[in-house]
Amino acid sequence: MTGLTRRQFGLFAGASAAALSLPTYLRAQGKPRVVVIGGGAGGATAARYIAKDSDGAIDVTLIDDSEMFTTCFFSNLYVGGYRSFESITHSYDTLQSSYGITKVTGRASSVDRAAKTVTMADGSSIPYDRLVVSPGIDLIWDSVAGYSEELSEIAPHAWKAGPQTQLLKAKLDAIENGQQILMVAPPNPYRCPPGPYERASMMAHVLKEKGLTDAKVIILDPKPKFSKQGVFQEGWEKYYPGMIEWYGPDVHGGIEGIDVNAGTVETGLDTFKGAMMNVIPAQKAGEIAASAGLTDDSGFCPIDAASMRSTVDEAIFVIGDACIAGDMPKSGFSANSQAKVASMNIRGDLVGSKVFPAKYANTCWSLIETGDAIKVGAQYAPGDGKIASTQSFISQMNEEDALRKANYEESVGWYAGITADMFG
Amino acid sequence: MAAFGRYRWHISSLPASVPAIFIGIVLWAASPHGVGAAEPETLYKRCATCHEIGEGAKHKVGPHLDELFGRKAGGLDDFRYSESMRAAGEAGLVWTADTLDQYLERPRDFIKGNRMSFRGMADPADRQALISWLETATQQAPAADPTVEEVSTSGPVSGFADIVLQMDGDPEYGEYLAGECVTCHQASGHADGIPSIVGLPKDYFVTSLFEYLNNVRSNDVMKLRVANLSNEEIAALAAYFSSLEPQ
Repeated sequence: MTGLTRRQFGLFAGASAAALSLPTYLRAQGKPRVVVIGGGAGGATAARYIAKDSDGAIDVTLIDDSEMFTTCFFSNLYVGGYRSFESITHSYDTLQSSYGITKVTGRASSVDRAAKTVTMADGSSIPYDRLVVSPGIDLIWDSVAGYSEELSEIAPHAWKAGPQTQLLKAKLDAIENGQQILMVAPPNPYRCPPGPYERASMMAHVLKEKGLTDAKVIILDPKPKFSKQGVFQEGWEKYYPGMIEWYGPDVHGGIEGIDVNAGTVETGLDTFKGAMMNVIPAQKAGEIAASAGLTDDSGFCPIDAASMRSTVDEAIFVIGDACIAGDMPKSGFSANSQAKVASMNIRGDLVGSKVFPAKYANTCWSLIETGDAIKVGAQYAPGDGKIASTQSFISQMNEEDALRKANYEESVGWYAGITADMFG
Repeated sequence: MAAFGRYRWHISSLPASVPAIFIGIVLWAASPHGVGAAEPETLYKRCATCHEIGEGAKHKVGPHLDELFGRKAGGLDDFRYSESMRAAGEAGLVWTADTLDQYLERPRDFIKGNRMSFRGMADPADRQALISWLETATQQAPAADPTVEEVSTSGPVSGFADIVLQMDGDPEYGEYLAGECVTCHQASGHADGIPSIVGLPKDYFVTSLFEYLNNVRSNDVMKLRVANLSNEEIAALAAYFSSLEPQ
């Protein structure tokens, strides 16, 4: 105190008094800071909505290890030849230039929850007042005996869009008439419940277009039933007779293991052999979620259904495939919807903006064949301690051609809409 | 004649349209669709989200465009136009290559208060290409009953809609709720397969939502969304979307 003049002391005291009336984060520095880990349907949307709706009052940093983002949704349409790879790949440029978001390209390796910092793989650290964790899924490689990350270069999973998707398409394009493709479908819960079955449709579409109608897609499923099963199987019968075979555990007797180099899948009752394998293992929340201590025994992150706030740490929100979202499926649409609820609550926390009751929605469209898409959708709200479905619909069998065609056009419109909503 | 002065199409029809037509003719001579103009079929995709064309065309969000040239603005009895579009027709506006050119440049300036959710087509060459193409493409006859997919506002729909229209929607709440809409309906007002809802007038917005509730409109996704909205929420959404301008 002796070093200060009366005048300096006065200024100092005045500043402190003003600071005391402010929340902690404003005392520490200028603007409150939000860091978002993961730049997909959840993370990009959250970053954009927080930046947009706070009008610059919140400093937003988005961390993703890629320069460009390839969407998992519509990646099956790339496999089917309906979309180019470029058309499902997006840049973060507008989020930076028009929304003032700082994009950090790199891998977040850990979270120091006590210090409220994210540590990057290069050793740097980024402080936050609120953290959004939206890392998507990681694959549990050894959930399929005989599979590994290395072997995914031979038998792609293509369950994270990017080079894996391109590898899958290249292998599909090399299939000859009479050959078999083996798909090992994942157990619940996993990203994109109708995804494996839309993919099988797209594979059959490519083969049929080339006249390879004696080639086959065999789906070996650990689940006794799957999403939109009735309408998918109706479509397969109509468009691809004899080209797609689906076997649940009561037929194959359980998937015991695979030999990627031999191209075989060993099941309880039989051995299947294929010229190409697509192995989609069991899934868990992206690694950073577990290392930050946000996951429970299920491998995913429990959240408060009314806000998407982690039940473990009130400064952290977990959205998208990494969270336990009750009745909501793991989908890009769900992640985008959850991001808006999280963003609203984060703005409420940091700048005191109004917080309205949480509402969630999801719709998933799946393409079976050109001009024939099906859909499933639901509304959700917090209830019974989880995000609960309040109402839903699903495509029916024997629907009119015009409706299925309209579904497809709607899905194309949705893709343009959600990607604009994510990336600006 | 006094009523004409309310519309820019009348005031500015000579000075604005003569050079536009002149340029159009010069460009037309140089290439099939004008120098620098996009393909008209591609340009029309932006219209096709809301307007049908060709034999048997029906009304969608906008009226069908068959036999458009020479049609009085707001002139189809079975389509629900905005008041201002009807009034423009009553005041003498007829759709020709010239009036369409002016309208499509900035629809909202040309007829204030009309509900076409389209920002406009700035490039004169694009407009000329599109209009020339439309002149041929719109010659077929529309469906005998073009209203099948569109709606009457009579009965319970208009009754419930009126109640909501009298409520003061909270635009801030509407903005939050709109998060659910803009996953598909782009906030910019662009439309790629899903209609734009940006800038829709409240009455049209609210009535349309009630038409989903009453199965007059059939889209499953929309029916589901609307079934979960309270009257207060519909009013809030209408207040928010009607306050926006397409970009």
